[in-house]
Amino acid sequence: MNNILTKLPFVSNVRFRDAGTLVGLLLIALVFSILSPSFLTMPNIGNILQQSSINACIALGMTLVIISGGIDLSVGPVAALSATLGAAMMVAGVPVPIAMLGAIAVGVSCGFVNGALIAWGGLQPFIVTLGGLSLYRALALIYTGGTPIFGIPSEFRSIANGAVMGVPTPVIIVAILALIAWVVLTKTPLGEYLMAVGGNPEAARVAGVPVSLTKISAYMISGALASIASLILIGRLGAAEPTLGNLWELDAIAASAIGGASLMGGRGSIVGTLLGCVILGALRNGLTLLNVQAFYQLLATGIIIIVAMLIDRATSGK
Amino acid sequence: MTIDRSGTPLVEMRNMSISFGGINAVDDVSVDLYPGEVVGLLGHNGAGKSTLIKMLSGAYKPSGGQIFVDGNPVQIHSPRDARELNIETIYQTLALADNLDAASNLFLGRELISPLGFVDDAAMEAETRKIMGRLNPNFRKFAAPVSALSGGQRQSVAIARAVYFNARILIMDEPTAALGPHETQMVAELIQQLKAEGIGIFLIDHDVHAVMELCDRASVMKNGKLVGTVDIPDVTDDDLLSMIILGKKPGEDANAD
Ligand SMILES: Nc1ncnc2c1ncn2[C@@H]1O[C@H](COP(=O)(O)OP(=O)(O)OP(=O)(O)O)[C@@H](O)[C@H]1O
Ligand SMILES: [Mg+2]
Repeated sequence: MNNILTKLPFVSNVRFRDAGTLVGLLLIALVFSILSPSFLTMPNIGNILQQSSINACIALGMTLVIISGGIDLSVGPVAALSATLGAAMMVAGVPVPIAMLGAIAVGVSCGFVNGALIAWGGLQPFIVTLGGLSLYRALALIYTGGTPIFGIPSEFRSIANGAVMGVPTPVIIVAILALIAWVVLTKTPLGEYLMAVGGNPEAARVAGVPVSLTKISAYMISGALASIASLILIGRLGAAEPTLGNLWELDAIAASAIGGASLMGGRGSIVGTLLGCVILGALRNGLTLLNVQAFYQLLATGIIIIVAMLIDRATSGK
Repeated sequence: MTIDRSGTPLVEMRNMSISFGGINAVDDVSVDLYPGEVVGLLGHNGAGKSTLIKMLSGAYKPSGGQIFVDGNPVQIHSPRDARELNIETIYQTLALADNLDAASNLFLGRELISPLGFVDDAAMEAETRKIMGRLNPNFRKFAAPVSALSGGQRQSVAIARAVYFNARILIMDEPTAALGPHETQMVAELIQQLKAEGIGIFLIDHDVHAVMELCDRASVMKNGKLVGTVDIPDVTDDDLLSMIILGKKPGEDANAD
């Protein structure tokens, strides 16, 4: 079945896998729309997209890192560190655009440190970013003394809370970032390099691919996206907590995996990851509409991840 | 056709050495290669053949020795450096990214870029079809990742990659090890054709008959050292075999080593 379809022109393995993820999403949507009449209404769909946007922002970077054969466990704390530093700049009167760039620069720097330790230091991605997870969180807590930063200018808050033609700005921002990530992955040499480095690092090296720079780029992009996600969040909340972003890495990894990214590297898709984020978002939203207890929501999330992986395994023929 | 060895060699590797954890994998080995020449590298498993040529292709850094291309000393620190000198390599363990298709592998590290700066997939596939049409006309699986290809098909992708970019110096490390008789014959014909174009080829092969047929000279290695280099017209299969096994040149006493 898989083989016959993928032999048709324009049906690559990636698109076949994405179609599968889409079917999963439609099934979930179908079940919830039967159980709850308000599920498939425009305002609620907007809610789902809005609630999924921060995870999607993180997951885009996570997908690129996973494709390169790595993992980034430090995204939540990187988000917290750049959010608190960015918020502090804004409160101190630094112009909003500069403070935003400053926050993103913090994320990029954290990503560079992760990437350099992995690519040049030869350390395991899991361990480096696990260390980063504690380190960046500690820096955020030490810097703020553990208390949230308030007083974020309304000028900035209005960006994150606005909407264009009814579509919330965070959704638009993440959609644009996703488009860029898709172009990078499928249309640029960096995308080819990420796939090659994740698929066979030794082959990539002897083919002349700049393996270390490719890996470092992935972590820097992941850091930048973590910062942008945190900016969206503090814009919506109006405060920057040093504890924000707790467990973000797990949702992002789950979305990437549901979307077809292989933790072995060399495989993954931006479209799939976005669908994965919406699946997780729709599931939580639907269960909340049905007044299902949070404990069961957690259970359902776990089941979805495992079922997605089982289907993946059964259809990939490996 | 006899090879004119009066000019400067295309490549000369002089007194090359490298060791791994105290073991001299290659120990003071010198080989050279002239335009249009095929030099066979022979030796037992672990003799150091692959290691020697990996210093030429930029995969390993030598701990001693000097490489000359067209008579000029060169520094080869990375596979990119080697490629800039038009040195192309077909590795023994197929250096392909399994998750990518034939075109992506062929152009890996040297993608065709459209004027807008994007990877030009259509052009890369068209070029891949062209070169594969020449090397392996039966090849059809252009869209599939190379993990879905047979050993021979994968090998033809690896060969296409080396040939496509106008190699002047081609290194083939056991190019036919995974191939059936028909594909092996195809590679032999390709070697003749490339040789006629003036390309110099280092050919590592365990098949002494193939070396006798395809090569102009052969260098034999044993335990990381060079046993000797002989002109193929001057030796027999048995001479080569005894060099490999006994580690001495024909007519030499068995006291060396
Ligand atoms: N990266 C490495 N690390 C440690 N030892 C190595 C490495 N590469 C090669 N060696 C050692 O160097 C020696 C020569 O290996 P090499 O691969 O060059 O042999 P070969 O002549 O190509 O053999 P074969 O015919 O089996 O391919 C062997 O003893 C091998 O174990
Ligand atoms: Mg070898």
